[in-house]
Amino acid sequence: MPDDVRVRIGADEDLVSARAQARALADQLGFSRTDATLIATAISEIARNIVVHVGQGEIVLRAMEDDRRRGLAVIAEDAGPGIRDVQEALRDGYAGRAGLGLGLPGARRLMDEFDIDSEVGRGTTVTMTKWRIRDELELLRERRRSG
Amino acid sequence: MEADQSEGTKLPITAPAVDPDLLHELVDHLRKSQEALREEWVRRITEAKLLSVMTPDEIFSEVTAVYDNYVTALETGSIETLQEYARDLSERIIPRGVETDEVLGIVLLLRDVLARSLFVNYQRDPDLLHRILDSYEPAANSIAVTVGVSFVDQRERIIREQQEAIRELSTPVLQVRERLLILPIIGVLDAARARQLTEQLLAAIRDNRARVVVIDVTGVATIDLTVANHLVQAVEASRLMGASAILTGLSSGIAQTLVDLGVDLGTMQTVGDLQGGLEEAERMLGTSVPGVDETSWRSFQ
Amino acid sequence: MSVAILHQGEYVIASIQSDLSDREVVALRDDLTRRVGDHRARGLIVDVAAMDVIDSFVARALRSIAETALMRGAETVIVGIQPDVAIAMVQFRLNLEPLRAALDLDDAVRTLDRLVKRGPPDAR
Repeated sequence: MPDDVRVRIGADEDLVSARAQARALADQLGFSRTDATLIATAISEIARNIVVHVGQGEIVLRAMEDDRRRGLAVIAEDAGPGIRDVQEALRDGYAGRAGLGLGLPGARRLMDEFDIDSEVGRGTTVTMTKWRIRDELELLRERRRSG
Repeated sequence: MEADQSEGTKLPITAPAVDPDLLHELVDHLRKSQEALREEWVRRITEAKLLSVMTPDEIFSEVTAVYDNYVTALETGSIETLQEYARDLSERIIPRGVETDEVLGIVLLLRDVLARSLFVNYQRDPDLLHRILDSYEPAANSIAVTVGVSFVDQRERIIREQQEAIRELSTPVLQVRERLLILPIIGVLDAARARQLTEQLLAAIRDNRARVVVIDVTGVATIDLTVANHLVQAVEASRLMGASAILTGLSSGIAQTLVDLGVDLGTMQTVGDLQGGLEEAERMLGTSVPGVDETSWRSFQ
Repeated sequence: MSVAILHQGEYVIASIQSDLSDREVVALRDDLTRRVGDHRARGLIVDVAAMDVIDSFVARALRSIAETALMRGAETVIVGIQPDVAIAMVQFRLNLEPLRAALDLDDAVRTLDRLVKRGPPDAR
């Protein structure tokens, strides 16, 4: 399994980097082009939140695996002001600061698992994961390679 | 002979050159003792709990055939027959759930049974035993690898064929004429299939430069809210690629139910049946009704 | 060069060459708005084929471009949305409503030609 990829988020350009690195890891894990795009798009939204609303934070891209699936987990962390009402922020149409919204409901729709842990004054951690099923052929080949 | 670990499986087609006299000698011995040795082999297979999916009769008949092929392979140095047999065997037992470790297991047990027999038979002459084993070992190991690899290859071949069959069964996107595609959807439309169909449809729009797609859902088993949403997404994605979508095969009852449920069919064109859908598509593409031009031409004449 | 912009008759064609940062997206929006006005363009084509992610920010910028262009008398057509990007946009529920999409430049020009002919009364 590939190592964690850590992406510092502090400026505009970091979004481009985060998208590219997410896509690269998704490719490595055998995700389809479409799924890789879904992941990159979701990350773009979350990373932008950090730049626009907090200033800086970090995104960790983590490869996951169980005996039937491969996954890519995205853990986006910041020590910003926190989200007062998470349920509200997850609502379609939530305008947020300067009417920009947080892109959270959209990101959630793109991923398979989505969780927000946020506390006012402490910061926010968004954890989202996309999975794909490993097919028979792939499983067999891996079993053969490992012994 | 080392087992091949590489991706592209290379088969050792013939066993390395051995002393032909010695080989003849040991093959003779193996043939003469075949009943006893086969029995010993079956005993070991059962003891190791291998081939549990097969009945004792089945095991016996497979064992007999493998033994014969094995000894012939040792004798002729030609593994082709064994490969052929291994492929054949795999084709029959894989669908029954026999695993790779079982197949390798039984071949290795046979190797052991025969080796022990050679020990017993030639133990009085250590030097001869040594030379016999020099001839036997490479040949026996080559056979084990051949059978194992054949089995794995066969397994993968079956899986690949199944995958292809499934993909082919999936509804194809058909180009009716220039710029017009039809996607007839048949069966159950779950999330995975909807995604696959949408990807196929969008790729076809791009490759055929389609401007109108007719999606016919007459053959879709159940159209509920989830299915409707999948269809709406396919239509919207098509639109983002510059193609208009016409949905056909939705009974007015279902269409009304969907609207009541809040599905936004508003911006989507829905036309009763496929024929109607195709006519609407032709209209959208700006072509005249077939036959009209012919008539004009004839009257001009 | 992140974006190649050319003028073809009454149309402005912007080809985005790579993934753009938010800053570049905003700059593009302002640039195109200005050009449409300066050249009294009747149509604007934005080619996004090289964008492998179109998120809410880009979608918003594209809508903004189209709305402003319309105020200056130009119709906008987006071309080159890739299949995987289209699927992502739809699943995200990104709304590109007022915008038109075409498959490629040819179709975009044809669409604009049609729209421009049917255009505002003073076009005649």
